[in-house]
Amino acid sequence: MSQALGQAQGALAGSAARGRVRTVVAPLVLGVAIVLLWQAATVVLAIKPFVLPAPFAIGARFADRIEFIVPAALATGWNALLGLVVGAVVGILIAALAAAVRPIEQLGAPIATALSVIPIVSLAPVFYTMFDSSTDTTRVIVAAIAVFVPVYFNTLRGLLTSLPVHRDLMRAYAATGWQTTRTVTLPGALPFLFTGLRIASSLAVISSLVAEYFGGPVTGLGKAVTSAVSSSDYPLAWAFVIGAIVTGLAFYLVTYAIELIVLRHRRR
Amino acid sequence: MTARRIVLGVAGVILLAVAWELYKALAPADGLVIGGLTVLPRTSDAAMPHLWTMLGRALEPVSGAAGSPLLVVATLQAAAFSLGVAGVGLLVGVVVGVGLAMLMQRFRTAESALLPWIVLSQTVPLIAIAPLVKRWGATLHTESFRWEDWMSVAVIASYLAFFPVAIGALRGFEAPDAAHRDLFRSYGVGWWRSFVRLRLPASVPYLVPALRLAAANAVVGTVVAEVSIGLNGGIGRMIIVFGQSGSADPAKQWSPIAGAVLIGLVAAGVIVLLGTVLRRYRRAEVTA
Amino acid sequence: MSAAVTVTGVNKTFASKKQTTIALEAVDLEVAAGEFVSLIGPSGCGKSTLLRLIADLDAPTSGTVQVFGKSAKQARLDQDYGIAFQQAGLLPWRTVRENIELPLQLHRVAASARRARGDELLALIGLGEFGDRYPDQLSGGMQQRVAIARALAESPKLLLMDEPFGALDEMTRERMQTELARICADTGAAVVFVTHSIPEAVFLSDRVVVMSPRPGRIREIVPITLGGAQERTEGLREDAAFFAGVSAVREALHGGTPTALGVDNR
Repeated sequence: MSQALGQAQGALAGSAARGRVRTVVAPLVLGVAIVLLWQAATVVLAIKPFVLPAPFAIGARFADRIEFIVPAALATGWNALLGLVVGAVVGILIAALAAAVRPIEQLGAPIATALSVIPIVSLAPVFYTMFDSSTDTTRVIVAAIAVFVPVYFNTLRGLLTSLPVHRDLMRAYAATGWQTTRTVTLPGALPFLFTGLRIASSLAVISSLVAEYFGGPVTGLGKAVTSAVSSSDYPLAWAFVIGAIVTGLAFYLVTYAIELIVLRHRRR
Repeated sequence: MTARRIVLGVAGVILLAVAWELYKALAPADGLVIGGLTVLPRTSDAAMPHLWTMLGRALEPVSGAAGSPLLVVATLQAAAFSLGVAGVGLLVGVVVGVGLAMLMQRFRTAESALLPWIVLSQTVPLIAIAPLVKRWGATLHTESFRWEDWMSVAVIASYLAFFPVAIGALRGFEAPDAAHRDLFRSYGVGWWRSFVRLRLPASVPYLVPALRLAAANAVVGTVVAEVSIGLNGGIGRMIIVFGQSGSADPAKQWSPIAGAVLIGLVAAGVIVLLGTVLRRYRRAEVTA
Repeated sequence: MSAAVTVTGVNKTFASKKQTTIALEAVDLEVAAGEFVSLIGPSGCGKSTLLRLIADLDAPTSGTVQVFGKSAKQARLDQDYGIAFQQAGLLPWRTVRENIELPLQLHRVAASARRARGDELLALIGLGEFGDRYPDQLSGGMQQRVAIARALAESPKLLLMDEPFGALDEMTRERMQTELARICADTGAAVVFVTHSIPEAVFLSDRVVVMSPRPGRIREIVPITLGGAQERTEGLREDAAFFAGVSAVREALHGGTPTALGVDNR
């Protein structure tokens, strides 16, 4: 997932250069068109709400039940935030360790690879037994592991790819190992680190939300969707889904904003 | 170097196993509780069974019922089933992803209009829409066609899988440098033949890693959607069912988890194999 | 028979948000069939732009470009020219032979005819044994030879070359120049050749078009009288006539200010 989002970013940045009008207007037009078509379809074809509620009905429900949606979003978002911080810190530290001591990287390689290909949420049930199933710990841990993977791999890659010309320059200056690390390696790794974090941000929300489906206390958006569906209030279920999208988007945009501020003098 | 990597890799896995058992032996049974919050896991047999208990349990029948298959056999069957569904999902995801990327490559406006929505699509929690997909499928019933639950699962898997493919393929289709594009323009051939002879082969170095991500995503999507839709026969459902009997038979639920790891590794392995088949397209870019 | 290239009153401007750059201003040029013409000048003089206009990779802002009496676009669609760039631009996933046969394949030439032409061209560039290698297994000079063979694949009567030897070392470069002279003698194609090397331009050309930057203009056209393509051999590099040509081009480049002469007399 790491490269994919990084590439999406590059593509987005590229299209931004092509003209602000098109990059802003085109997606908005498409979005509005889809919502209107959707609304028209539900009316004209008389689609039942349990198949697909009309977007205006969902919107109305969203506004109507905002006092339920916000706490649920905050509960899920809080778990995601904790997971994001823990997973990112651990990921960065281990990546730094692995880059400095290569045997550690090789020792951990199969485990890291396994983590990157397995559905981490499948570990949720055992975590609920290993930790207390009446608390949110499992959700934080699942989010943290999900976050760890892209942060670790991207940071490691960033630390290992310094430009040869920069390395030669440092060698020519007879710079010490720490000087090289501080002036070349760390700044060079930052864009990679942020790519990892950006991917991890919305992943943290989805992971902690999905972990709710496997047990634990009744808080958060995941549980809310289930209970809305089981009481046949489909517009409300969709309103909670929108709450989840907004939460995920907020995480993504905040991370991206931090990235833009920190890397404002870079051109990639 | 490769031999060294393998040895160290195996050592890493063994270290992890040793760490598991050491922690279980030395840490308190209730784990570390700070202010009522369990920070380090409990070490009871229910929470952290011995590794040999897990292995031993895998070689026993699933349940006491007569004719019950061995747990390891049942797990492998479930894994094969989930892998098949994930494969279908991956296939659909690749077709959709490559199609979107072609559309975006061909028409700039399509790229501007679609790309933000494609990125946004991945913030939708798929598990939430899983029951809805099932219901949509149900409306497609005709006399000759029945929408099965596994199809819903495959749709969810494809929803996660298409994203890296769309992004990677778009990047790959844009990869040929100016000299190559000029060359094809000088040949006066149309978009389609330039696509087949230039953009598609040039995208392979981007497509293979994208496919690896897509395969992993398809597996995640399958396992999660199985839980959410309630599809029987796969690994996801097995994890939930065995997890519910966790306190009575704690070692049992580790088998489907191992099965999930296995599917993920097999899926990744298939893509590595594909990358080997396509190695001619992955040669280093020539620099004169 | 009409001229290979006729450029009449061509202007080319590139507009960006901040400024408009005049890449070419009032350019007139005619290249006769079978003639070798070099475009030379400092960077920014529009020599590559002019080549791209002839190839119909860009369109002029005003003025006309004709190739063999047709519009540049029609000539491109009719495949009247072959082209080579500074980067060899070989497709890394195709073998040498497959790279050479690429234009033939794109234009649906039958496999057997393709193969025969591929053999001919491999022999022409002296890489007969390398047909099944991949580009990354070749040296830079070999890659550039393959690119030239690819440009020759459809036996064009016009070759467009944009600093094709620019990335090569001096020794390889001189060998490639001799080889190109031989190939031109064999095929009788007209060539428009962009370079920033004075000796290279003089060694290869019938006429050297000297251009100046900001705005890109033709300053002077220096005729070189060193004989036909078949006479351009290694010995020529020591010839007094060759040195005279080099001096003439250099003077034209420096705008007829002989004081600058000794400065970079390499």
